[in-house]
Amino acid sequence: MTTLSSPGPAETDVVADGTTATRATPARARVPWRFIGRRVAFYLFTLWAAVTINFFVPRMMKGDAVDNYLARNRGISPEAADALRALLGLDSDRTLWQQYVDYLGMLARGDLGVAITHGLQPVGQVIAGALPWTVGLIGLATVFSFLIGTVGGALVGWRRGSRLDALIPVTTFLSTVPYFWIGLMAIAVFSVALGWFPIGKAYGIGTAPGLTLEFVGQVIRHGTLPLATIVVASLGGWVLGMRNMMLTVLDEDYVTVAQAKGMPNRRVLWRYAARNAVLPQIQSFALSIGFIVGGAIIVEQVFSYPGVGKMLLDATNAKDYALMQGGFLVIVLAVLIANILADVAYAFLDPRTRQSEA
Amino acid sequence: MSDPLLSVRDFSVRYETAAPVDAVRDVSLTVHRGEVLGLAGESGCGKTTLAYGVQRLLKPPAVIPGGSVTWHDADGSDTDLLALDPDALRAFRWDKVSMVFQGAMSALNPVATVGAQLADVFEVHRPAMSRSARTAAVGELLEIVKVGAARSRSYPHELSGGMRQRIMIAMALALRPQLVVMDEPTTALDVLVQREILREITRLREAFGFSVVFITHDLPLLLEISDRIAIMRAGRIVEIDTAANIWFRPRHDYTRTLLSSFPRLTAERKVAR
Amino acid sequence: MTSIDVRGVWKTYRVRGAGAVDALQDVSFTLSSGQTIGMVGQSGSGKSTVAKILTQMERPTRGQVLVDGRPVPSRGAALRAYRQQLRMVFQDPFASLNPYHSIRHHIERPLALSGVVPREQIEAEVHRLLARVQLDAGAVVDRRPHELSGGQRQRVAIARALAPRPALLVADEPVSMLDVSLRMGVLSLLSDIQAQDGLGVLYITHDLATARYFSDEIIVLNQGRIVEHGSADEVILRPRHPYTRELREASPDPERFFADSAGGAR
Repeated sequence: MTTLSSPGPAETDVVADGTTATRATPARARVPWRFIGRRVAFYLFTLWAAVTINFFVPRMMKGDAVDNYLARNRGISPEAADALRALLGLDSDRTLWQQYVDYLGMLARGDLGVAITHGLQPVGQVIAGALPWTVGLIGLATVFSFLIGTVGGALVGWRRGSRLDALIPVTTFLSTVPYFWIGLMAIAVFSVALGWFPIGKAYGIGTAPGLTLEFVGQVIRHGTLPLATIVVASLGGWVLGMRNMMLTVLDEDYVTVAQAKGMPNRRVLWRYAARNAVLPQIQSFALSIGFIVGGAIIVEQVFSYPGVGKMLLDATNAKDYALMQGGFLVIVLAVLIANILADVAYAFLDPRTRQSEA
Repeated sequence: MSDPLLSVRDFSVRYETAAPVDAVRDVSLTVHRGEVLGLAGESGCGKTTLAYGVQRLLKPPAVIPGGSVTWHDADGSDTDLLALDPDALRAFRWDKVSMVFQGAMSALNPVATVGAQLADVFEVHRPAMSRSARTAAVGELLEIVKVGAARSRSYPHELSGGMRQRIMIAMALALRPQLVVMDEPTTALDVLVQREILREITRLREAFGFSVVFITHDLPLLLEISDRIAIMRAGRIVEIDTAANIWFRPRHDYTRTLLSSFPRLTAERKVAR
Repeated sequence: MTSIDVRGVWKTYRVRGAGAVDALQDVSFTLSSGQTIGMVGQSGSGKSTVAKILTQMERPTRGQVLVDGRPVPSRGAALRAYRQQLRMVFQDPFASLNPYHSIRHHIERPLALSGVVPREQIEAEVHRLLARVQLDAGAVVDRRPHELSGGQRQRVAIARALAPRPALLVADEPVSMLDVSLRMGVLSLLSDIQAQDGLGVLYITHDLATARYFSDEIIVLNQGRIVEHGSADEVILRPRHPYTRELREASPDPERFFADSAGGAR
């Protein structure tokens, strides 16, 4: 029989401390610098990688914007064409590396080049003209869809087995139908047949943009149909996602505890069940925010809406590299910013992430 | 000890699934004021279903085909729990009967501070209380279970299993109920922490005088803490008696089987090696 | 006769933000064929780390593990041979069995890998092993784990561990997930097999009562250190270290309880 005493400072009062596998950690909220630093480094790297790919890919394609421009505009002298190439950074006597460095330098100065398809306007200006329309229309539609779908999904999940369940196949069906079909059908029915809404465009021809009542009214009239169709088409995912999470969360003990505590149903539903079930939705929401610009292409094409999506499609067709690159840069930035927002939102909504990554 | 607190008569619970399951069958028992009643049996014997069922906490497809549950309040009035309308039932819950749940880990809402989860009991049941009075009451509860008022701003994941279970006990005591139902409150805890929690329950019972229904499969533990023990098997109570009688003079074969399925810590080893 | 020597083993984990944590500190013991050792301690005491080090899932930071006087092989065929000599039974019989495979597959595989019986005898050996753990081989052999009860699954896990005819067995909380009424059955079974085969068993548990029931010797582990090591009865009935006493006092013991409360006057 050997008895070894355990000396040293490692020994603590197990009873007082409650020695278990899940040890308590200090309740103080510390700023997780290490975590933040890692995230920042990750985002910077992603940005660099995206910018670099953005630089190289168009240069690997055959033909350039000037060839395209020449084909459409006769009578341009070879000297003028070369000058145009130099202006667009396409002059072949500079090495790829030099062009890359120049490109990064321009980006750092906020200079995105000129858009050959828009009368050599700076790309930044062209994008700035298109972006508000896209963010306004599709951003708003995404937010609406998320809110309606999440609240609806919470209610459907809460009342499982009730008649509300019939909503699920309907919304799911609508989200599986190709979007352009819904869009075209909506135009055919509500604009052409019933004449309730104007066909396409962001505002009527002949209306001067400005903060006038008439213009705002036009924007709303023109925006309602595309907005409604996007919401209808994307609602299904939110409803289904939230409902399924609700079903999982409703089986959690803390929901039963809340009921045993005599909490009113509304409180159990929103403060206990939905509050937890919404967490995965936040992640998807951030992702879909990031895809607003990319997802705009079809919507804007169907409704001839003057946003970034349509701009990007036109630029690609015309091989306007500077504008394409600018457009892709906007998409990348949108995705990155959305992810940063998701990180922040998650840290606020889920106390566990604040600590576990530290 | 003969003063009844809760009378359950011919109580049954059935799960109306494709093949209906009678989880609790014609159970009759009385919880007396001030006692600790142990409810023992293997998993699936219906002990948890019984405890949830009398408080009407079961969800469909569970149904209660028969029986009565009567609450004999300290003020002398009797209440038929199965006949309460939803609002009256909500008001009754936690105020008269509260619970300590099995998984201290999962019984607390992970995204709310423990203080907020304690406070909402007061918000709902004592709407007249001011915010500062609530905060004070929450702090006092956390002090009572020796967690400390400072922890009210902690989230569940920041606390050890033992602390979480203490917080669940604090929550159960918030409205000074007459009965606390404890469903395997110490099963997930280490033996030293388990003992500490049990001492805590004993101390609080002496201070506040509530009755306890203690549900566990751990019969040796139950023998030490209960006044009376009910042994459940397949939805029925096969034997109910004082702890000493269960230990020294078990009458039912199943009770004997259960007793013999625990190795003795300090007695002669029964199995020759 | 096989024996494993754990000599002065330390295991240190680097924990971000908390520096280094010593999961094991200077742990030494010997486990030989025919011997049963109960290792008790709370969660976080390091008892599962001991199991990981014995099975070479983890390497000690300091100290060494010897098998029959030679260092435990760290890779390749030698390590595989070592792992057939020393087998594991895990706590959760559901997680440790693959839900997509039949019971037959679970037992055939270690048999085929170890080659203890010729290929044509494997089927017979599967049946023999299932019968040894008191399962109706014909009824369970083609089933999948979810079709069996918890107790049956843990018996399958034991049969699987026995398949390559090991000399030593590490059982990490093998009954703590089972219903109380099943625990003694599984432990008795393990005890019988241990005696018949002359197995060396390290029984890891937090439960003092079953440790005493099952083991010749008991090692008490607290915060990575062995605080007491002796014969089972001595450690439980006459504990020397305060921590062991504390554990014993905290464990339910109706015998002592009713003796203390004046012959059951309560």
